[in-house]
Amino acid sequence: MPYGPHTTADRERMLSALGLDSVDRLFDDIPPELRASPLDLPPPEPELELAAHLRVLAARNRTDLVSFLGAGVYRHWSPPAVDQLLLRGEWYTAYTPYQPEVSQGTLQSIYEYQSLMAELVSLDVVSASHYDGAAATAEAALMSCRATGRERVLVSRAVHPHYRQTLATYLGHGLELDETPLVGEGDAAGTTDLATLERMLADPARPVAGVISAHPNFLGLLEPMPRIGELAHAAGALFVAVAEPVSLAVLAPPGAYGADIAAGEGQSLGISPQYGGPYLGILATTEALVRQIPGRLVGKTTDLDGRRAFVMTLRAREQDIRRDRAASNICTNQALLALAASIYLATVGPHGLRDVAAGGAARATELEAALAAIGVPRLHPGPYLNEFAVCVPDARAVHRRLIGRGFLAGLVLGDAEPDDPSLADALLLCATELTTTGEITRFASALEEILGGRQAVGVEAGAGEAIGTATGAAR
Amino acid sequence: MSVTGPRLQPTLFERSRPGRGGGKIPHPPGDALARLPVEALRSRPPALPELNEPDVVRHYVNLSQLNFAVDTGFYPLGSCTMKFNPKLNEWAARLPGFADLHPMAPDEIAQGSLQLLWELERALAAISGMLAVSLQPAAGAQGELTGILMIRAYHEARGDEARDEVLVPDSSHGTNPATASMAGYRTITIPSAKDGGVDLDAFRAALGPRTAAVMITNPSTLGLFESRIGELLDAVHSAGALAYMDGANLNAILGRFKPGEAGFDVMHFNVHKTFSTPHGGGGPGAGPVGVGERLLPFLPSPRVLREDNGTYRLERAGERPTSIGRLRSFVGNTGVLVRAYAYIRAHGASGLREVSDDAVLAANYLKSRLAGPFDLPYDRPCKHEFVASASSLKAETGVRTLDIAKRLIDFGFHPPTIYFPLIVDEGMLIEPTETESVETLDAFADALVVIAAEARSDPEIVRTAPHTAPVRRLDEVTAARRPDLRWRSMAGAETPCPD
Repeated sequence: MPYGPHTTADRERMLSALGLDSVDRLFDDIPPELRASPLDLPPPEPELELAAHLRVLAARNRTDLVSFLGAGVYRHWSPPAVDQLLLRGEWYTAYTPYQPEVSQGTLQSIYEYQSLMAELVSLDVVSASHYDGAAATAEAALMSCRATGRERVLVSRAVHPHYRQTLATYLGHGLELDETPLVGEGDAAGTTDLATLERMLADPARPVAGVISAHPNFLGLLEPMPRIGELAHAAGALFVAVAEPVSLAVLAPPGAYGADIAAGEGQSLGISPQYGGPYLGILATTEALVRQIPGRLVGKTTDLDGRRAFVMTLRAREQDIRRDRAASNICTNQALLALAASIYLATVGPHGLRDVAAGGAARATELEAALAAIGVPRLHPGPYLNEFAVCVPDARAVHRRLIGRGFLAGLVLGDAEPDDPSLADALLLCATELTTTGEITRFASALEEILGGRQAVGVEAGAGEAIGTATGAAR
Repeated sequence: MSVTGPRLQPTLFERSRPGRGGGKIPHPPGDALARLPVEALRSRPPALPELNEPDVVRHYVNLSQLNFAVDTGFYPLGSCTMKFNPKLNEWAARLPGFADLHPMAPDEIAQGSLQLLWELERALAAISGMLAVSLQPAAGAQGELTGILMIRAYHEARGDEARDEVLVPDSSHGTNPATASMAGYRTITIPSAKDGGVDLDAFRAALGPRTAAVMITNPSTLGLFESRIGELLDAVHSAGALAYMDGANLNAILGRFKPGEAGFDVMHFNVHKTFSTPHGGGGPGAGPVGVGERLLPFLPSPRVLREDNGTYRLERAGERPTSIGRLRSFVGNTGVLVRAYAYIRAHGASGLREVSDDAVLAANYLKSRLAGPFDLPYDRPCKHEFVASASSLKAETGVRTLDIAKRLIDFGFHPPTIYFPLIVDEGMLIEPTETESVETLDAFADALVVIAAEARSDPEIVRTAPHTAPVRRLDEVTAARRPDLRWRSMAGAETPCPD
């Protein structure tokens, strides 16, 4: 066993202290008919060979492409200080700070995380972390039902599809989830349809517990958050804002536009994409709802000698104390990622975070202009921060051909939202502070060539067929 | 710990000085936000602290030294399997091919990760005797929710909708009843038998047409193998219910017992316990679920699929309408799963069996060393952990388990899990794991023996412990009565950018 300490003599010593001749005796309580068949796994792999194998697998992923893909997970510069500090064993090989006397590092770091995030979202109470943005949003929805005693939640169709699917799973038994449609045309196209939302909220037979909207929304657009909040509150519902933390350096925060709960994905705060996680579910609320929030909370207190110290608190909400009456079943959370986000924020600072957000916006402006110049317009006219949809005919096939040219051309919206015909020929593109002018120029030029070739030749034999086949297969 | 000076640290906010920091991110043009409507913008910048990198590094290094961790010492926290976290795995998860891959990257450029995930699913299926595995759940508790939602879908698909109860033994993890509630079920708690095992008659009496599922941890949270598990599973299935296995204690039975072969319908794995992925100060983990035939159609989506031509892809949305759907965004905590995969390959079949053999041997050895000074309420061979009790010691000296736990800190050990399971008076759940040497086990046993003697000779020193930690015991009552959950007087960031 690669990490075990026991020599043959050690094992013999322990067995002889127990008066046993074989470790098998310690498994005699497993009834013979229930004993396992042999493990069908390969033999142990020495570290050197295993490392080589892992390198080969990692190299089979292509991370060399120039990427304009965001869609809920964003590439940012993470100062090396973040990961190097995370690699201290005192952080990553500890567990939940059940013994506060020997966990003050973790406890103070969580208190600081709660404080940093509270300032960003402009709400007072932040849980110590949830699994990811989708699970945090689902917890926010359940929280709104507990707090209001109502059983129906409205989610905007411009919330990330994975979040909506997660909500459907979490609420799919006894609670109701309805989707608020988006405006189809005009200046507000692609944002939550306020008139329909108002009608949905007005049904006296089905009172609404919570109204969920994302800002910026999945399509990159800014939503009329203050107005959505007013409509929710007028109907006695809570307002849940799905926020993107980097954007909060420059955009009005949830607390400023009346959100009762903020949920979001903290990955953009210095955490690498890692093909899906581990990420950081942010969940925040007002003091009025503090006893409804699920997940751990750390509070400031003193020790017997009056020294300032930190401790897990309001524990009566949690599963290990309250069991079937707990606010949630969450136990293991994403503490190390909350630490990463804190170190990131401390390292880049308030001005750096603003530069990240504004830098992405500036590159996105360049990207919009470069694409407009080659005849690729935005799909929606409304304001955006650093991500937007563009109209591209045969988007899926174009996306695939651009991979061959070294570009990851964002997200094929028709794949992500197959039920929305308005998104059938569209790509969702994002720029961040990592995007360069050179990348934008080369991307626009490659896209122009692909589209130009397509228009000029019409049905160019091979390519035209490939486009038709790819489109047909995925529908 | 710091060699000199105070160990406790000022907060980031107290360290902040306006004008410090910068130099990380280029400044964008001043009009970068001019195209955004003014009312959408933040009126006042967030008052985040301003620090330079050396400040940040000292802050977090000094804070880290206030923590006890597996890398600093013995951490026998029962039920949590605080084994060594191999460093190769940290290296592997950071390979750029794994770390930089976007979760919505098309399958064709994600073949390495998809292959790894597919192979890990097969390995976990082999280990558990389950038919198929989903790697999506982010932690054990989310794996539990996944399992119970699949059970709900199974009953509903059969039109069997009267089932609204989930049975759990009173020794279960708190997550089990909390999960049942989240899935809309009523929890029925079944008292354990005198020997600590499931009370088969009590279960039989409670099972019926309203039972949707039974959730069992095996070995139990007392560290005991449920020898009557076969009869219990028969009774569960005869009642038309399904059996969930909480896999928190899988570290005891690798290569010895496969829940799927025994008849469990679904289980979760805690990869941050059994498969050595780090606990991270509270997380992240990952909680894959394995299922047998009955629940196969209901697995969360997307699944990872292997095509006939040897390529891999993710299931498309809606491709399998029987699925319970999605539990979270994207495919799962892939970065954690890379570490679990590396651990399983490093050990192979023989190594994994040895893991459990050594974990169980270490627990039994340590238990034998504590007989006498402490009560051992279930005196039969344990699996990877065991419960000791200070019940008699408390009756004699007034010293409680809590005091003993705190005193262990002075001896350089992390305390075990205390007062869990709830059914043992003054209980300590001790899990040494297979990566601790016999010298460490002896030193820990010696410390507990000394502390038991102190309880008689000098109880005050135990009651007021710890004496050597960075802080003494905390005022938890005030913390809960007047919660202070964030730093209030934040300053900074109001001034213009310094450079």
